[in-house]
Amino acid sequence: MRNVWIICRKELRSYFVSPVAYILLIMFGLIFGYFFWNALGAFVFESIQSQMSGQSFPMDLNEWIIRPLLSNVSVIGLFFIPLITMRLFAEEKRTGTIELLATSPVRDIEIILGKWLAAIALYACLLLFTAINFAFLFKYGHPDWKPLLVGYLGLFLLAGALLAIGTFISSLTKNQIIAGAVTFGACLLLYVFGWVSGYESATWARVLAYLSVSSHIESFEKGVLDSKDAIFFLTLIFLGLFFTARSMESLRWRS
Amino acid sequence: MTIFMIKVTELTKRYARTTAVDRISFEVAKGQIVGFLGPNGAGKTTTMRMLTCFLPPSSGSATVAGFDVLEQPLEVKKRTGYLPETPPIYPEMATSEYLQFVGRLKGLSGAELAKRIDYVCARCAIADVKNKLLGKLSKGYRQRVGLAQAIIHNPDVLILDEPTAGLDPKQINETRDLIKDLAGEHTIILSTHILPEVEQTCEQVVIINKGKLVATDSVRNLQARARGAESVLVEVAGRKGILEPSLVQHKLEQVAGVSRVLCKQQVDARLIFEVESKKGSFVRGDVARAVVESGWDLNELRPAAMSLEEVFLQLTGSEETSQPEMPAEVEA
Repeated sequence: MRNVWIICRKELRSYFVSPVAYILLIMFGLIFGYFFWNALGAFVFESIQSQMSGQSFPMDLNEWIIRPLLSNVSVIGLFFIPLITMRLFAEEKRTGTIELLATSPVRDIEIILGKWLAAIALYACLLLFTAINFAFLFKYGHPDWKPLLVGYLGLFLLAGALLAIGTFISSLTKNQIIAGAVTFGACLLLYVFGWVSGYESATWARVLAYLSVSSHIESFEKGVLDSKDAIFFLTLIFLGLFFTARSMESLRWRS
Repeated sequence: MTIFMIKVTELTKRYARTTAVDRISFEVAKGQIVGFLGPNGAGKTTTMRMLTCFLPPSSGSATVAGFDVLEQPLEVKKRTGYLPETPPIYPEMATSEYLQFVGRLKGLSGAELAKRIDYVCARCAIADVKNKLLGKLSKGYRQRVGLAQAIIHNPDVLILDEPTAGLDPKQINETRDLIKDLAGEHTIILSTHILPEVEQTCEQVVIINKGKLVATDSVRNLQARARGAESVLVEVAGRKGILEPSLVQHKLEQVAGVSRVLCKQQVDARLIFEVESKKGSFVRGDVARAVVESGWDLNELRPAAMSLEEVFLQLTGSEETSQPEMPAEVEA
């Protein structure tokens, strides 16, 4: 456990000592800020209209702002996750520092967990921006906080799974660009696999839809905590990290 | 009784098509410096990577500090320090941060870690760059930081892959002195393809070529073994004016028992010859007499030890690397 923390801290340091973390934070902040501003504008416009037409039932902040925004975050995440994971192993393989890690009295799994947790921590920093925006909703309105919490849990599970996959892909190559591009492709495909269920109901389509992360994140965004979906993401996390471990092992057998 | 810190038995590493290391066996006694010698691509790095548990052997076994590299890699890793060919540094870290990270990784913490960092900084002469970013350091400093990293946890065994590669002559000497200094506390294996380096720093040599063990012996024995006949360096000077080299050469060749005379150097009026004798005949006295009787000055007469370079070429039998002859390394 101590070793995991040592590796994790080193990774976080290198994110935050280089401009990488700050650029990701700024870009994410800008993008999410724009989405939030838009959602708020639409909400205000709609509520004025409904008042003018005489319908006086209050509009739900959760349904109108929080849920679509959480869904937006999961999509924006697809772009940021490859940027977070691409250097994790590729860089160490390129510069040869992987030899230092692999010849230190540390288990492979401790190295992998440390790196993955650092990636999650950086992602959590990104999510902090969304929390700041949502805080305004709580100041001026009364949204329900429980669905929001479930939504965040879903985002973390989704990110954990995609980051694990990205970590695995980064361990396959020395080239960060390749790692990033492949990770982005994999994340995007995993997200859009679900679309087939819209027009096809054969078994393969249902399997594909089941594999899609978008079909499992939906319930979280609605504020519903479904153990099936949680287990799906936990399985993905386990598989991603497991394959990373196998990939590190094969590095030893091959190179 | 000698304690062997490293024991390698029939160690083999096979890849899909090639065999990088082929049934190598050798032993290293505690506190020794062993030179791991071979041309590029001989399997030096692969062997070292197996000893540091970076690569698992295909067959055979190796024990480091009493632990098997396959059975108990964590125990081996705790007791070895490794400097790969390129120092494994993170350019965005400062020297002290880096040493802290590596120290923690090797199991140090708290006051002990701080003490070791101060110690290795002093030992490797990197205290003045403690707060500089590693990416901004010169090659020599990086190498020394790499060395500091390898000894930070005071390992029993040090494995250094070409520790002087790419350094300038002054840095090379400093690094060699440092390594010699470290022996005794640590058992050291260093790989190199530079032969004088082995002659200067190591007590024991392991020569490998194309993955196979060619010879393993002490430096002294190897030199003696390859030296069939005696070879003498003679410095001659004319009493008046410049001597004609061919004249001296002719004279020396006529001495009984001499098989070959080579004019190696001409400095002003002084001429240096290398005289090789036939096996079993000692020509030094006759050579001296011949020079003096001809009315020349005999400035110097000493046995020329065969350089490891020649030994190495003889043992690995490579003709393609025959370069213009270097001045022989002379052993006092």
